Amino acid sequence: MHNPQLNAKGELAHLLTLEGLPREIIVNILDTATSFVGVTEREVKKVPLLRGKSVFNLFFENSTRTRTTFEIAAKRLSADVINLNINTSATQKGERLLDTVDNLSAMHADMFVVRHAQSGAAHMIARHVGPERHVINAGDGRHAHPTQGLLDAYTIRHYKHDFGGLSVAIVGDILHSRVARSLIHVLNILGTPDVRVIGPQTLMPAGVESLGVRVCHDMRQGLAGVDVVVMLRLQSERMRGPLLPSAQEFFKYYGLTPDKLAAAKPDAIVMHPGPMNRGIEIDSAVADGPRSVILPQVTFGIAVRMAVMSILGGS
Amino acid sequence: MPLPDAEALCAELVKELRSVVTPETAMVGIHTGGAWLAERLHRELGLKLPLGRLDISFYRDDYHKSGLHKSVKASQIPFEVDGRRILLVDDVLYTGRTVRAAMNELFDYGRPESIALVALVDRGERQLPICAQYCGATHAVPKGAMLRLHRDDRGKLALRLDDA
Amino acid sequence: MKLHIKNGRLVDPKNGVDRPVDLFIAEGRVAGFGSPPKGFGADRVIDANGLVVAPGLVDLAARLREPGFEYKATLESEMLAAVAGGVTSLACPPDTDPPLDEPGLVEMLKRRAASLNLARVYPVGALTAKLEGERLTEMAELRDHGCVAFSQADVPLHDTQLLWRALQYAATFGFPVWLRPQDPYLAKGGVAHDGEVATRLGLPGIPAFAETIALGAILALVRVTGTRVHLCRLSAADSVEMVRAAKREGLAVTCDIAAHHLHLSDMDLGYFDAHAHVVPPFRSQRDRDRLRAGLADGTIDAVCSDHTPVDEDAKQLPFGESEPGTTGLELLLPLTLKWSRESRLPLPVALARVTSEPARILGVDAGHLAVGAPADVCIFDPESYFKVAPATLRSQGKNTPFLGYELPGVVRYTLVAGEVRHEGRG
Repeated sequence: MHNPQLNAKGELAHLLTLEGLPREIIVNILDTATSFVGVTEREVKKVPLLRGKSVFNLFFENSTRTRTTFEIAAKRLSADVINLNINTSATQKGERLLDTVDNLSAMHADMFVVRHAQSGAAHMIARHVGPERHVINAGDGRHAHPTQGLLDAYTIRHYKHDFGGLSVAIVGDILHSRVARSLIHVLNILGTPDVRVIGPQTLMPAGVESLGVRVCHDMRQGLAGVDVVVMLRLQSERMRGPLLPSAQEFFKYYGLTPDKLAAAKPDAIVMHPGPMNRGIEIDSAVADGPRSVILPQVTFGIAVRMAVMSILGGS
Repeated sequence: MPLPDAEALCAELVKELRSVVTPETAMVGIHTGGAWLAERLHRELGLKLPLGRLDISFYRDDYHKSGLHKSVKASQIPFEVDGRRILLVDDVLYTGRTVRAAMNELFDYGRPESIALVALVDRGERQLPICAQYCGATHAVPKGAMLRLHRDDRGKLALRLDDA
Repeated sequence: MKLHIKNGRLVDPKNGVDRPVDLFIAEGRVAGFGSPPKGFGADRVIDANGLVVAPGLVDLAARLREPGFEYKATLESEMLAAVAGGVTSLACPPDTDPPLDEPGLVEMLKRRAASLNLARVYPVGALTAKLEGERLTEMAELRDHGCVAFSQADVPLHDTQLLWRALQYAATFGFPVWLRPQDPYLAKGGVAHDGEVATRLGLPGIPAFAETIALGAILALVRVTGTRVHLCRLSAADSVEMVRAAKREGLAVTCDIAAHHLHLSDMDLGYFDAHAHVVPPFRSQRDRDRLRAGLADGTIDAVCSDHTPVDEDAKQLPFGESEPGTTGLELLLPLTLKWSRESRLPLPVALARVTSEPARILGVDAGHLAVGAPADVCIFDPESYFKVAPATLRSQGKNTPFLGYELPGVVRYTLVAGEVRHEGRG
């Protein structure tokens, strides 16, 4: 099946998911991001690559954090940024989703950054706008969050250098997590031999092993000897109901505390996509501790998004 | 006409620049050929300030036509640009667009006092009002060919004519 | 009108006929075979050379979208689609707007359909008032006005007490109840088969056991009530097994699957193709293969179209928000032929699943061509291919995951009560 993310020349025209992307394209993004880290560290943090281009942030699901990092990334590429926070119910009452997209295209949008509560929304928009306008998926339902997966890979590469011998554990609500899915895909593409998902059965999706992971329900066993621990955010609405009885019991068995972290390698790094629920999935001692690379993830996130936008903008 | 000897030209540039450089002189090489040349000049001239390297991929004027280059290298300017006298080094001066991009990028790091261009070879055919203050040689290049600097494993520099 | 259909290959599964023989029709009924009946003067002769002459197809589920959903399709467009697909009798589910829970609505639908003089329409009445699952409908009254069975369509029944009582009430009168087994709690929020594909795509899943658990409950109730239950649109391999065991036990259950489930699996969701959003969902390839085998060995009695025209706007949405359903009247025959060829089944066996078997389940005199039977005939070319495209579909619903496919079987003539109601392009 034709990969909808690539144009006729095999270049990246949209970034919708990391699944199925050739390794070279991913490595190229990470390498380009390294150059942009340099840019973000100097006085003038801008480069003129996307000057005159318009980037529209189409957020159907609220997220100030992610939207802000995309805005910063676009502005550092000298692009014009327009933010649209579209309340989903307003769209249902009024304008059809694709009509909104068409109207914005008519306003000469060059790039759409889309976040939506439904899996597949970014694919649908990309199919509709074609390869001349570029769509970046900033998160669609449970399906994918490719820029997060890339910045997670960048972070791991920065601290651990080679994926070939690594052991990575992803902990928490895998069932609902697009961050987990994207990270699993990129780790597999980059050749990580041991990827583990840790959590209770209720938070594991059907047939998750087929994604290329090992399932552990015991956190200490799951963390034994890992090089990287990625903690997922547990959404409050999941914490009491058919999936989990309480935040307290979750923290006791699946929250990352210093003593659970001790099962991992002594130089293991701790990651979190943010925002953190301290005391629910992660203990403050760990979040603020020496192994945590949670803040660098944010910096790398801007460079990675600059890399993605500049590669798309030139195709 | 035979290509100039890169090593010989390099030696001449070193001689010329020796009387010009001071302990405060900064040198920046443009990836990739200019960076190689700059590494050699920097070493031979014994410059005090560490060498800067620029990758101009983010400043090129052909981004919208050709896209972002593969293998972008990181630019590193390990000194304060403000008030600095900079020697900008490139291997082959041609249309002048690479130097224009490099200058734009340098100005995003700060405001230099002056920039002087050092080029190993000037092949003419300028499209912008740019010139080299220090130049090894001029050499016309047949249409459709690219004049490039190569460096072998032992660090020996040589000019070669490649197809575009 | 006296019709002579000559040179065709007559295939009548119910009566065990599969041979080249001419067919004679008079006064809307089959008048004779082979040689013309005495005094027969044909008004029209149809040369069916190279064509199959079969009973008109009987489709157990086709949504005609009237009343209430006229922006999606109308009775005219869908009835024309039916005869274009060789379907001469169809049952329509009660989930119209308002639902078919009142005799007046049923009468109106029957009258509208009859006035169009195209395929025969058999309404299936609502099992509960407004399909809300709280009160029984006046089943006897609805039956008197033409309902052939009672069903909840796709609306789930939460109250098992009510399900039991509804089955008991229907059994009192010997009325059939048609049920699609789905546990509403297990299926809640799901839009795709709960498996590897849904996990990869991040789509909320409907596990196969949402169907089998509900099916187990229904079978247990049938055991005590003796109701004639027809199970609609099975989708899971395990369901086929359960029906096989129930039939062996002697329970009076029948079942059907939708034609699209014969061919597609959850792999066909591709990159979130909303045309593949159907209920029940496309399940795994293993499930599909068991459905195919079940239909071949007769555990599954019939295949239907589950025709559900959906306007493009309702499909051009993210997968989970899109309206489920696929257009199917014109694909029932081609999809059945494709399956039968791939399974290397004799044509009569395959055609039985869309003619005599559904007619038996409906309890109507259709799906066969004995002398005296209503002359509902489908004459098709088994060697021609039908390219599925919006332009070639007569239904207002162009929503199908088979767009672009070339399927075997082009209908050349459809007769209802001895009159030609569809004549295909040559």
